[in-house]
Amino acid sequence: MAEDYIRLTTPLTDEGVEKLKIGDRVLLNGVIYTGRDAAHKRMVEALDKGEDLPFDIKGAVIYFVGPAPAKPGWSIGSAGPTTSYRMDPYSPRLIALGLKGMIGKGGRSQEVIDACVKYKCVYFGAIGGAGALLAKSIKKAEIIAYEDLGPEAVRQLEVEDFPVIVVNDVYGNDLEKEGRKQYEVRD
Amino acid sequence: MREVNVSEITQAVKKLCMDANYYLPEDVYSALQEALKKEKSPVGKSVLEQIIRNADIAREEKVAICQDCGLAVIFMEIGQNVKFVGGDLKEALFEGVRQGYREGYLRKSTCHPFTRANVGDNTPPVIHYDIVPGDKVRIVLAPKGGGSENMSRVMMLKPADGLEGVKDYVVQRCSESGGNPCPPVIVGVGVGGTFERSAFLAKKALLRPLGRPNPDLELAAAEQEMLERINKLGMGPMGWGGTVYALAVHFEMEPCHIASLPCAVNINCHAARHKEITI
Repeated sequence: MAEDYIRLTTPLTDEGVEKLKIGDRVLLNGVIYTGRDAAHKRMVEALDKGEDLPFDIKGAVIYFVGPAPAKPGWSIGSAGPTTSYRMDPYSPRLIALGLKGMIGKGGRSQEVIDACVKYKCVYFGAIGGAGALLAKSIKKAEIIAYEDLGPEAVRQLEVEDFPVIVVNDVYGNDLEKEGRKQYEVRD
Repeated sequence: MREVNVSEITQAVKKLCMDANYYLPEDVYSALQEALKKEKSPVGKSVLEQIIRNADIAREEKVAICQDCGLAVIFMEIGQNVKFVGGDLKEALFEGVRQGYREGYLRKSTCHPFTRANVGDNTPPVIHYDIVPGDKVRIVLAPKGGGSENMSRVMMLKPADGLEGVKDYVVQRCSESGGNPCPPVIVGVGVGGTFERSAFLAKKALLRPLGRPNPDLELAAAEQEMLERINKLGMGPMGWGGTVYALAVHFEMEPCHIASLPCAVNINCHAARHKEITI
């Protein structure tokens, strides 16, 4: 597992994500989009009705987050990841349409891992509960859809060196599984 | 009877909401620094460093430690010689939560269970009242995040399962939780009473200061054994591999029904927030 950081700028490409392996530490730059439970439900409902998604999904990165309100002088409030498995029912559909990255915390279902391999998408982990620190890497935040959802509205974020780690790569590897194997102590 | 005006309760709760969300308790902060010394995985160490840095930023800049500012769980001990005046006590608690979450730039996380429409002001809080001797009012406010709450369970074990069954269940629950509850976690275990009482005991166990084992030696030994077994699973900080998954296991016990062995496991993320005041 590499100790050095890899800098990536969105939108991500197949070639960009193919270089990533589990445990790689990545600094993301550019535009990413927020979406959690309620926004994912609406996005998939929009697809069912033949409507457009609120942003171009090709090469996009979705951050599973519902930020705290911004204090004066801040672009956003605390903004750490939420638990990802709740998005598992929706993610494969978005991955098939060209989503290239997801940021969250916790493990993913086999269906999501398989979709990541098939369509070349990476699941990144951010540090849960480090919302104040992560907010420092978010330079601009703007609600672009579903404003009525409050903290769950879809936001466009401009990030600078946003720190994440590769948890599931395009080769079907899983950092939770491998990391655990490495440090498990059997009596 | 000592009179306490409920407007004082509103002001107290408002401040507790903000302080609890900005300032990580000292014992948790120290435990994270100890964890950093013990952690063997480089990734795990880096996670702990960033969690500590996050707590520093939140404290210095008065912003929420975590964007999940939780449901407001309120434990209230009311001296039996206290008389509340000036209005409705419950409404005063609600108003304190409303003001604290609005003015403190804290995320409002309560919603309708099915439509998922956000209530908008983080009410209702979850309130546990207790009547105690004396003429004081003690309020403990513990914001509780959804991620770690989702990994919590109540299991009605069979009496034959015994203490070993409890230990196995707690370790298994952590093993299945992985990175979801934001490890390093604190594990509250409540055994005894009824179905809901065990859950209450597990929640209360989370409020006990870290580094203070249960005074009962058998329970303290069980806490230590469970902690070691959980950390040997190798899940580590954020579940990305390592040696520190749990900072502590806190075990509370009460008598139960002759037919039952209720066992609740309430998991708390590393942002183990709680603040209190005595009026």
